[in-house]
Amino acid sequence: MKITEDTVKYVAALAKLTVSEEEQQKVAEDLDRILDYIETMNGLDTDGVEPMSHVLPMKNVFREDIVTNRDEREQLLRNAPKQKDGSFAVPKTVE
Amino acid sequence: MKAYETVIGLEVHVELATKSKIFCGCTTQFGGDPNTHVCPVCSGMPGTLPVLNKQVVEFAMAAGLALNCSITQKCKFDRKNYFYPDLPKAYQISQLYLPICRDGGIEIETEAGKKTVRIHEIHMEEDAGKLVHDPWEDCTLVDYNRCGVPLIEIVSEPDMRSAEEVIAYLEKLRLILQYLGVSDCKMQEGSLRADINLSVREVGVPEFGTRTEMKNMNSFKAIGRAIEGERKRQIELLEDGGKVIQETRRWDDNKDTSFAMRSKEDAQDYRYFPEPDLPPIEISDEWLQAVRAHQPELRDEKMLRYEKEFGIPEYDALIITGSKQLADLFEKTVALCQKPKEVSNWLMVETMRLLKEQEMDPEEITFTPAQLAGLIKLVDGNKINRTVAKEVFEKVFKENVDPEAYVEKHGLGLVSDDGVLRSAIRQVIENNPQSVRDYMGGKSRAMGFLVGQAMKEMKGKADPGMVNQIVKEMLDAM
Ligand SMILES: [Zn+2]
Repeated sequence: MKITEDTVKYVAALAKLTVSEEEQQKVAEDLDRILDYIETMNGLDTDGVEPMSHVLPMKNVFREDIVTNRDEREQLLRNAPKQKDGSFAVPKTVE
Repeated sequence: MKAYETVIGLEVHVELATKSKIFCGCTTQFGGDPNTHVCPVCSGMPGTLPVLNKQVVEFAMAAGLALNCSITQKCKFDRKNYFYPDLPKAYQISQLYLPICRDGGIEIETEAGKKTVRIHEIHMEEDAGKLVHDPWEDCTLVDYNRCGVPLIEIVSEPDMRSAEEVIAYLEKLRLILQYLGVSDCKMQEGSLRADINLSVREVGVPEFGTRTEMKNMNSFKAIGRAIEGERKRQIELLEDGGKVIQETRRWDDNKDTSFAMRSKEDAQDYRYFPEPDLPPIEISDEWLQAVRAHQPELRDEKMLRYEKEFGIPEYDALIITGSKQLADLFEKTVALCQKPKEVSNWLMVETMRLLKEQEMDPEEITFTPAQLAGLIKLVDGNKINRTVAKEVFEKVFKENVDPEAYVEKHGLGLVSDDGVLRSAIRQVIENNPQSVRDYMGGKSRAMGFLVGQAMKEMKGKADPGMVNQIVKEMLDAM
C-alpha cells in the first residue's frame, strides 16, 4: 500500500473535501490501484524522450494587448450568494 | 554579544504596464468601482479559458534581458493550488518548473563599493483580488479588479546584508523597470511590492540561519524599518538561547514591530502541476533578438549621452536620470526649446527646491514640457526677468498655469516699448542733474546710478539692456 489513510486525510483536507471514516479505507485502495496502473508507464524506455506537459501539438497561442471587456458587474454578481456595495461578501477571512 | 550578519533575499512582485489583463480583455487600470474590471475569465467562472497576453511575455523578456538573465526559450505555466477568496479559481496561474528568466544579476552601489545581487529567476503570474473587512456585517468584501493583472516576480539570491543594500537594489530595479516601460512601479498603488526573507547568523558561520518572511512591503521607509526590527528580534531571540522559527510575519509599521501571522493548520502545499489550459511558449531566436533590439536606453547610457550630447555636468545628469519622469521631462522640453542647459538648470534648482518644499517625488510632477519650454522662451527672449521667471515657475509647478498667458494677465512682462522707456528715462535724467554733471565730468559710475533709477521707475519690469543703451545714448547726446 502506497496510499495510507493519513495520506487520504491530508489530501482531502487540502482539497477541502469531507471523507468519512468508512470511506477512507476504500478511497485509499482506489487511489492505490490508480497509482499501480500508472506505474506500468515505468516499464517503458523513455531515454531521450523529452518530458511532455501538453498532449496537443500547439504552442504560442496569444492574444494582443487590447481591452475588449466592459463593466458587467450586475451580471457578474447575479449568482453571488451574498453581495454588498458591488462586492462579493464572503465569511470573514482571518487577518 | 556576538557579532551577527544579516542575510536578506527579496521576492519582488511587479505589476506590468499592459493595457489588458494577462488572460482576458479586462482593463488593468488602477482604481475603478469594485468588480467593474472583471469578466467571466478573471472571476473564474466555470467553462472559461485563459488566453495569454503576448505583451506580458515580451515585458518579462525585456525585464530579464535588462537584469542580465538567460531567457528560457521553452517555457510554460503551472497551476498553484490554494483556497482563499482573493483567488476565485482556487488556483493561481504561475510558473514553477520553467520560469521565463533565470540566473541574472545587477550591480548596486554600497558604502563598500560595487556589489552584485544575483537574480535567481523571474516568473510570470496573475495578481489576486483585494479583500476588505466589513466591520458592520463582520464579513469580508471581495473586489476582483486586480485579479488577473499581470505580474512578474523577481526572486533574488540571499545576497543582501543590510537595509541600505536592499533599498539600493530596489531603487535600481525600479529605475530599470520604469525605463523599460515594463511597469510604473508605483509602490503606493501596489505595482511594486517586496517580500523580505531575512535570517541572521554569527559572523564567520557558513550556514544560513532560519529565515522568516515579511510579505507585501510597499514603501522604502517601511522596508528599512522592518529589516532593522526583524534583525534585532532574531538576534535577541538567539542571544536569549531561543530559536528562530521559519514563518511568515506581518510588519506593523505603526507599532514598529512584526507579528507572526497565524499559521494555517496545514503546511503550505500548493500541489503545482502543469497548467493544462495554456499551451507551452516557445521563444524563437528571432523573437528574442527582436525584443533585444528594441530595448530602450537605460540610465547609464542616458547619463553618458546627456554629458556628451548636451554638455550637462555629470552630477546633474545623475540626478535627472535618477527618475524616469525627470529624464522624460528633460528630453521632451529640450526637444521643444533646444536649450538643454537652461532646462537642466530649471530642473536641478527650482524644481528640486519645490519638490523638497512640497515633500513630493519627481513622479508627482504635473507640469508639462510645453509649459517649461514656454517659460524658458520668455526668459530667453527678454520678455521677463529672472526674478519674475521664478515666480511664474512656481505657478507653473503648483497650478500648471500657461506661462505666456500668466505673464500677460498679470502684467509681469518686461517693458520693451521704446517710447515708454524713453519718456521714463528722460524724467530720471531731468530729476538728477547732479548725476548728469558727474557723468559729463568723467565719472562713468554715475551712469550706473541713472540706470538704477530708471529701473526703479519701471518697477524692475524693464529690459536692463535696453535701459542701459537708451541712458547712454541720451547722455552722450547732451
Ligand atoms: Zn477579465
